[in-house]
Amino acid sequence: MHGAFEGRLVHYVAPDRKRPGARGRFADWVGERPVAQLLLFVGLAGIGALLWTALATNLARLGLTPGFAFLGHAANFEIGEAPIAYAAGDSYGRAILAGLANTVLVSAAGCLLATILGVLLGVARLSDNPLLSGTVAGFIEIVRNTPLLLQLFFWNATLHALPGPRQAFAPLPGVKLSNRGLAFPWFSDDGSSPAVAGATLALLALVGLGLALRRRRRGPAPQGGAATAVGLALLGPAFVAALAGAPLALELPQLAGFNIRGGLTLTPEFAALLIGLTVNASAGIAETVRGGILSVPRGQWEAARAVGLPPMKVLRLVVLPQALRVIVPVLASSWLSLTKNSSLAVAIGFPDLVSILNTTANVTGQSLETITLMMGLYLTLSLLVSVTGNAWNERRLRREGR
Amino acid sequence: MTFQTARHILAAGAFALGLGAASLPAAHAGPTLDAIKARGLIKVGVGTSPGFFAPDSSGKWQGFFVDFGRALAVTVFDDPNKVEFTNSSPQQRLPALQSGEFDILLSGVTQTINRAFKLGFHFGPVVFYDGQGLLVKKSLGVTKAADLDGATIGIQSGTTGELNIADFFRKTKKKFTPVVIEETKEFHKALESGRVDALTQDASDLAIARTQLAKPDDFVLLPERLSKEPLVPAVRAGDDRWLEIVNWTVYATIQAEEFGITQANVDEFLKSEDPGIKRFLGVDKSLGEAIGLDPAFAYKIVKAVGNYGEIFDRNIGPKTKVGFERGYNQLWTKGGLIYSPPFR
Repeated sequence: MHGAFEGRLVHYVAPDRKRPGARGRFADWVGERPVAQLLLFVGLAGIGALLWTALATNLARLGLTPGFAFLGHAANFEIGEAPIAYAAGDSYGRAILAGLANTVLVSAAGCLLATILGVLLGVARLSDNPLLSGTVAGFIEIVRNTPLLLQLFFWNATLHALPGPRQAFAPLPGVKLSNRGLAFPWFSDDGSSPAVAGATLALLALVGLGLALRRRRRGPAPQGGAATAVGLALLGPAFVAALAGAPLALELPQLAGFNIRGGLTLTPEFAALLIGLTVNASAGIAETVRGGILSVPRGQWEAARAVGLPPMKVLRLVVLPQALRVIVPVLASSWLSLTKNSSLAVAIGFPDLVSILNTTANVTGQSLETITLMMGLYLTLSLLVSVTGNAWNERRLRREGR
Repeated sequence: MTFQTARHILAAGAFALGLGAASLPAAHAGPTLDAIKARGLIKVGVGTSPGFFAPDSSGKWQGFFVDFGRALAVTVFDDPNKVEFTNSSPQQRLPALQSGEFDILLSGVTQTINRAFKLGFHFGPVVFYDGQGLLVKKSLGVTKAADLDGATIGIQSGTTGELNIADFFRKTKKKFTPVVIEETKEFHKALESGRVDALTQDASDLAIARTQLAKPDDFVLLPERLSKEPLVPAVRAGDDRWLEIVNWTVYATIQAEEFGITQANVDEFLKSEDPGIKRFLGVDKSLGEAIGLDPAFAYKIVKAVGNYGEIFDRNIGPKTKVGFERGYNQLWTKGGLIYSPPFR
């Protein structure tokens, strides 16, 4: 696990077998038993060709035309929720994009929350307080030893058991919790979206700038000059966009007809999926964190205490940085599973990528194309997650080496 | 119509592999019929909706569609038990049929032009005329579909209902929020828990679903129908002979009812002097010999499962728990739409 993330992919050649010259390289490439290798290759290619021919003839017999032209055709189904605008009659491409956006949203939020919760649980598991560590241990065992699908059904059923929209709880003014979801005030939708986007961007740029300045003040090496420049460059246009849009109006969720309308609603399906994925992954992450902390030699704890550091600082400044060496590579694989597990969304009715692609396949009959898309998109997502994990790991290693 | 849990990726993968591998030896005449004869068994994809298709307490499949499957086994093998029924969800069933997992779907598939041309299916005669309905909570006070503006509506994925409801709301320029659920139990639970205001699905399915809810009287099936849902047997394109066997097996049950031939009196009709009935029951063997089927196939079907009306009454008729009236599914001679072409 460790090496997989620390090292880069290399072509493995036994060093003492290397033969000189072009002929030698060819011999290395072909290997020890060229005839057997060739036969195996021809055999595999033959099987591949046979399957391909059968596929082509059978598709022709069924009258199916392979291709991705259907992506531009109108999709006549409705999608319950999506971060991007979609309505029945938009293209299949846009519908799939909406599904992808849902998957990305729930996975990203899940990874973030699961990491936070997992670290907290992992640390609590090591607590000297037997009540705390025992409770956490029990929780982790329950979560790790029951199927995720069952957990999703559990969370979904729990959220559906909330009162209906007419009897919604209002824990805070303007916030309504019912079996239709958690509705809270949000900017009204009419023409203010560029303003919302602009304001968000401006806020992000400000936070980024603040962080960079803080680091410059603390750190010895003046890093992050480029980031500061980008932040400053973004700030101007972001403010302009914020001012150019319609004036921001906060909209309160209100009961209208059957549903609570206005504001922003977090649906029970999204919440159940997010909670389910977060809780499920956090149990694994907690164990990883615990293992990582335990891998730090006792002497480090004792030395840190000896110089008079309070317990939380011992953990934060001495132990966790060393534990991360073990934790980060495994953490990335927890994120990977979470991302892929999000496809269980179909079972509880959240319109994720798989759900939309299944419907698309069902309506258009382009099953092969949709499976190809599904595999391609999940592969891309997974690669992005591992690239993120790797980048974090390398950055950490670089800093450690500094 | 109805279905099972999430194994879509497997089903889809099986489809890809199936297209590639399962039907490698593509015989010229009729690959499906050849495979059925070699196997000695017809593989039928069904759903689970008591009345239409459900295993009884002894595990034997019973129901309206199931009886047509048995009738097919009589036509092909002269044995109503040489047929295997497997439950398949609406999302999985079409790829499963395409890939050769089933020889025929008797799972309440709606006949549509898209499925005929784009999905490569052929369809047998309509065995049940249905329409899309809405099942709502009585306390909402809704009387027609248009009252549901702004409502949250539960939809089962893989059904024509998913498209119909979107069309309906676009046409009427009203809004709704869909919750698309694959699993049948979760689908019904969403209505009971109040997560959705209404469920939409083939009306016959909803009527059956209503009887299975904890408090059926709290819910009402709106009288309005949003669509035409002609439910038909579906087969893969490319095997005309198999399709004709399906067609004429269904027609035999309809023609028998038209003649007034029932499971109980079919033997008396063997003595009939009516040349049409003689041809139909195979007393006059010339027809059967000409078409290459057992001349007495219609006789054997009626003897084994009864005529169309008997199949209807036994499984879903007014005296059953499901309690459907014949309605459109009455014989054409009695004002319905059920009609058989002539047997000659």
